[in-house]
Amino acid sequence: MVLLQRPHILLLLIDTHQFLQCWIAFGSANEEGQQQEEFSEELLVKPLPDHKLLAHFHFQSSAPPSTSNGCHHHLFPKAISQLVQKFRVKEMELSFTQGRWNYESWGGFDPISSSNAKPPGVELWAVFDVPQHHIDASWKNLTHTLSGLFCASINFLESTATYSTPEWSFPPASGNVRYGTLPCEAVCTENLTPWLKLLPCRDKAAIALLLDRPSLYRGFYHSQRLHLTSTESSSEGIDSGIILEQTLTVVLQPNSERAIEVHASEKHVQPSWSLSSIFGKQVSGRCVLAKSSSVYLLLDRGLVAELKFPNKENGKSAANGLTSENFWSNPSFELSVNPDRIFLEESSSHSKSLSILYMFQVEKYSESEPFDIGLMWKVPVAWLCQQTPLHASRFFMGSGNERGAIAISLKSTQFTEGFMSANSKDGSCELRVDVFQVVPWYVKVYFHSLRVFVDQQPRAVSDFIEKIHVSPSKDKMSPGVMEVVLKLPCRVNTAALTIEFDKGFLRIDEYPPDANQGFDIPSAIISFPNFHASMVFLEDDSLNRSPLLSKFQEKCPVMSYTEVLLVPLTTPDFSMPYNVITIKCTVFALYFGSLLNVLQRRVAEEERFLKAKAAKKTGRLPLLLSKLSAKLRGRRREPLHSPPSSSSFINSKLVLKVILVAGLAVGWQYFFS
Amino acid sequence: MEKLKKKIGSFSFWNWVIASIIFRLILIYFPKNLNLSSRPEVSTPLTSFRRLAEGYWLKQSSMSSYAGSMYHGSPLLLSLLGPLTVKRIEGQPNHLLYSLVSVIADVVSAMLIRATGQNLRLAYLRSLESLDLVKQIDVSEFLFSGDIAALIYLCNPFTIVACVGLSTSPIENMAVILCLYGACSRLIPLAAFGWVIATHLSLYPAILIIPVIFLLGCGPDSPPRKLFLQRHQQKEVLNQSKLPPGFSWGPIIHFAFWAFLWSVYVLVLCGISLKQFGGLWEMFKSTYGFILTVEDLSPNIGVLWYFFAEVFEFFRNFFLIVFHVNILFMILPLAIRLRHRPCYLAFVYVAICSMLKSYPSVGDSALYLGLLGWFVNELADMQFSLFLFCGYVGVSLLSPVMHNLWIWRGTGNANFYFTTAMVYACLQIVLVVEGISAVLNHDRKLRILITGKPQDAKS
Repeated sequence: MVLLQRPHILLLLIDTHQFLQCWIAFGSANEEGQQQEEFSEELLVKPLPDHKLLAHFHFQSSAPPSTSNGCHHHLFPKAISQLVQKFRVKEMELSFTQGRWNYESWGGFDPISSSNAKPPGVELWAVFDVPQHHIDASWKNLTHTLSGLFCASINFLESTATYSTPEWSFPPASGNVRYGTLPCEAVCTENLTPWLKLLPCRDKAAIALLLDRPSLYRGFYHSQRLHLTSTESSSEGIDSGIILEQTLTVVLQPNSERAIEVHASEKHVQPSWSLSSIFGKQVSGRCVLAKSSSVYLLLDRGLVAELKFPNKENGKSAANGLTSENFWSNPSFELSVNPDRIFLEESSSHSKSLSILYMFQVEKYSESEPFDIGLMWKVPVAWLCQQTPLHASRFFMGSGNERGAIAISLKSTQFTEGFMSANSKDGSCELRVDVFQVVPWYVKVYFHSLRVFVDQQPRAVSDFIEKIHVSPSKDKMSPGVMEVVLKLPCRVNTAALTIEFDKGFLRIDEYPPDANQGFDIPSAIISFPNFHASMVFLEDDSLNRSPLLSKFQEKCPVMSYTEVLLVPLTTPDFSMPYNVITIKCTVFALYFGSLLNVLQRRVAEEERFLKAKAAKKTGRLPLLLSKLSAKLRGRRREPLHSPPSSSSFINSKLVLKVILVAGLAVGWQYFFS
Repeated sequence: MEKLKKKIGSFSFWNWVIASIIFRLILIYFPKNLNLSSRPEVSTPLTSFRRLAEGYWLKQSSMSSYAGSMYHGSPLLLSLLGPLTVKRIEGQPNHLLYSLVSVIADVVSAMLIRATGQNLRLAYLRSLESLDLVKQIDVSEFLFSGDIAALIYLCNPFTIVACVGLSTSPIENMAVILCLYGACSRLIPLAAFGWVIATHLSLYPAILIIPVIFLLGCGPDSPPRKLFLQRHQQKEVLNQSKLPPGFSWGPIIHFAFWAFLWSVYVLVLCGISLKQFGGLWEMFKSTYGFILTVEDLSPNIGVLWYFFAEVFEFFRNFFLIVFHVNILFMILPLAIRLRHRPCYLAFVYVAICSMLKSYPSVGDSALYLGLLGWFVNELADMQFSLFLFCGYVGVSLLSPVMHNLWIWRGTGNANFYFTTAMVYACLQIVLVVEGISAVLNHDRKLRILITGKPQDAKS
C-alpha cells in the first residue's frame, strides 16, 4: 500500500474531480482488503543458444470488480473494460506475430515459449460467459471491436467459415470457446501503437521506452499478445475483476557489427550486448503509475549447467542465503550492473540443473542516471534450450492442384530421451499428445483417410488414437476441425499423422487479389497435457510478488504450434467471365434451337397438306384482312367502319400485351420489395 | 460403324460378355485402381467412391453422414455399399468387393438391356406385319438390337471406366434400366421400383415418368398410330385386331399406386437411418439441393462448373433457373412428337439429362450410348455417325490431356479443359438432334411406303 500511494497522489493532483471517489475507493480497499487498480511492468532478457537474445516485455494491469468504483478507471484502459462488460468475455487472448518461433534452438519447454510462442499472423480466442446461442453473435461483435481497436483485419474472423469451436483439445477447455486465426495478416507498427495506448505510460517512460520500432521489427520473431481474464466476484456476474496482461516477445540479434570484429578464434563466443545496443535506448526514469517495474535476466537451465557456478552443489542454501555474489561474479561472463536480487529456481521435475534469475529494480534509476544492463561474455559457451517432448512439424505431400495430404510429424528430442530413461522403470510409459487442427473449407479433408505411422511403420489408427473429435467442413460455412488425442509409447522415435484432402475450386470472386500466391492453412496446435512448463522461483515475500514470476509458476501445459502451410489452389481464368457466359449460352441456344427445329420440321408433302388445311380452317382472318386491304386500295370511302375496327382490334391486342407486361412488372416489384 | 456392329452381332454374344467381364476383373486387380477413382470424368461429387467412404466413416463415428459437404448420395446407398468401402478381406485391396458389386450391376444392366431390346424388336416386327410392310422391308437384314445394345453397354470404354473407377453410376444406371425393362415387359411393380430408386439416387430420372406412362399406356415403340389408320382406310377394311391398342389408363393408375408405395417405403427407410441427424429434410437439402444449386465447382465433363465459377454472384440464381428449365422445356415438345416411341423418348431424355445435368460423368454417357443400341434399325441412316464416333474418341482422349496440363503440370489453364467440355456438349447435342431427326425420317419413310408416294422419299 505504501508503494501505491505515490501514483494515487499524482492522480489526485491531475484529476481533482475524482478525488472523492478515489479516496472512497482507497478507503474501501483498506477496509475490505480489496485490491486497487494496479499496473506493473517487467522486462525479461534471456540469451538464446544461437547468438540471439530474447526480450520479453510483460505489462500487467488489473482492475478490481467494478462495483467498488463504478465504471471509472484510473489506470486500467477503459476500452478493454467496456469490451469485457459488453461482450461478457471471460477470457480472451489476441496475438499479433511475425516470424516463426524456432522451437529447436529457442526451446519449447519453458513458460515463455509455451505461452508466448504464437503462430504467424493474428490468433484470437475468447471464452464467453453468455448463453450458448448468443456466443456467435458476441464473437462477431468482439472481432469487429478488436479490429477497430487494433487497426487489424480481425473482422475477417467474423464469418463462420473462419472460426471454429474447439471441443476439448484447446487449453481453456470449455464449450464456449471460439478460436480463429488469420495466418496471412501482416503485423506492423500500426498494430503496436494502439496496443501501447493501453499502457498508462504509453511508451514514454521506463521499460516501455525501450520499444523502439525499428529495432523491434528488425528482429527474427516478434509477437505482441494481449491476454484478458475477468474473474467474477459475485454470483450475478455483472461485476468482474479484470486482469489485462500485455506481453511483447522479440528475438533479436545483438550487435552484429561487433561480432564481425571479433577474431575468428572467438567466433563461438556469444555476442555481448547491452540494452542500449539492442534497442538503441536506455531505461531512464520510471513510470510513476507502475506499482513495480523491474528487469530480469534469465539464464536458463542448460546455460547454468554449462557455466558451472562455483557452489552449484549447495545452490539451494546459497539461494536462500543472501550472500549470492558468487552467482554473478562468474568467470565466463560479466554483468555491467549489479543485480538487486538473485532468484534461484526451485527444483524442477524435468531437469537436473536449475535456472537463475537476476533482478534489477528500475525504480532506483533516474533520468540523469539511466539504467542500462549489459552482459559481456568472456568464454565461448554452447548450450541447448530445453525442448518440447516431441518436435512437431507439418508438411504437405503430393503434387498437382487436385489433391494432396497433410502430414504432421512428431520427432523425439533430447528431452524425450531423458524422460524415457527417467521413466524406464515402469514399462507402461505413455506420452499423451493432443493435436488440434483447423483446415479451411476449401481444403476438403477425408477424415476416413487418417493414418498413423509410428517409427515409420503404418499402424492401426485405433491403437494410438485415444480420442478423436471431428467436425467436417461445410462449403463456405464452417472450417473442418480435427482434435486428436494420441497415446504414444515413450520410446517412440517418430510418429506421423497423415490425412488426405481434395483441393476445392472457388468462385472467381472468392479468390484474393493475389490468387496465385496460395491460401494459408492455420498452424496446428500440438500440446502435451502431461507436461507443465513452470518455473518456480523462491521468493521471500509472497505478498508482493511480481506478476511475471507468478505467471511463470502457473502450470500451463507445454504446447507448440506447427508451421503455417501455403496451399496453392487452381485458379480459373480471371479474364474470362464474359467469354464463358457467351460461349456457354451459344451452346445452349444451339441445343434449344436445333432441337426445336428438328421437332417442328415438315417435309414438302406435309407442308402442302398443312397449307391446304390452313386455308380451309384458320385462314379466315388473314383472308379477310387481305380482302379489306384490296378494297381499301380500290375504293377508299366505302367501308368506313372496317379500318377502325381492324386497327382497334390490333390496338386492343397491343393494349392487352402492354397491360400484361405492366402487370407482371408490378407483381415482380411487389413480390420482391 | 455399321459393319462393326454387324460383326459384333454375328459373333457369339456370350463370348463378348465373358470377355468384357474378364477385362473388368483384370483392371480391378491393378494396383491403386489405375487412379481411375479420382478422375474427374469418373467420380463427380455425387458418385465418388471416396466421398461414399467418408460418409460411411462419419456414419460409423455416429455423426450425420451429411455433416460437412462431403457426401451427397442416398442414405440407403450408404447402408448397402458403405460397409464395402472398408477393408473386408485381409490381403486384398479395400475396394475389391465394391468393384465386384459394380461388375455385377453392369452385367445385370446389360442383361436387362438385352431383354428389353428383344422385346422392342419383336414389337417392331409385329407392327410391321400389321402394316403389311414385311415384304417391302427386308426383315432378314434386321439386327438383333438387344444383343447389340447389351454389347455396346458392356464393351463401351465409358462403362468400363465407370465400373472400374468405383463410381456409383453403375448402380444408378441399373435402376434406370430396371425401370425401362419393367415398363417394357409390363412388370408394373418393377417399373415403379426402378423409377423410384433412380429418382431417389440422382433426381434427373424423375422425368422418365413420361416415357414410362406412354410405355404402359400404349405399349412399346411402334410407327405412329395414324399410319395404321391410314393403312386400314386404304384397304377399306377395319381390322380392329390388327390395330395397336389405344391409350389405357389402367396400368398407369396401377403404376402410380406402386410408385407411391415404393417412394413411401424408400422415404421411411431413409427416415429411419437419418432419424437422429436432422431427418429427411437434411437429406433432401444435401442431395437434391446440392444437385440443383451447383455448389461444388470442381471440374467435370459438364459445362456448368466453369460457368458458375465465372458468372457473377448476382446472376447466379437466374442462370441456375435457366439451365434447369432448359431440361424441363424440352420435355413437352419431345413427348408430343415422339409419343408413339416411348423407349426412344426415354433415350432422348436420358441423353439430354446427361448433357445438361450439374455433375455429369462418363457413367451417364455410357447409359445413353447403351440405350442407343436398341434403335440400330431405326437409326440406320443417321447422319454424321462417323463424325460423332470420331468426336467421342477425340474428346475422351483430349480431355484427360487437358486436365493434366491444367491441374497437374500447371502449363495450361482452365479454358483448355473447358473447351473439351464444350466440344463434348456439342457432340451430344448433335447426337440427340440427328438421332431424333433420323427417327422422324424413319417414320416418314414408313408412311411413304404405305401411301406409296415415292416422289417424297427425300426428306
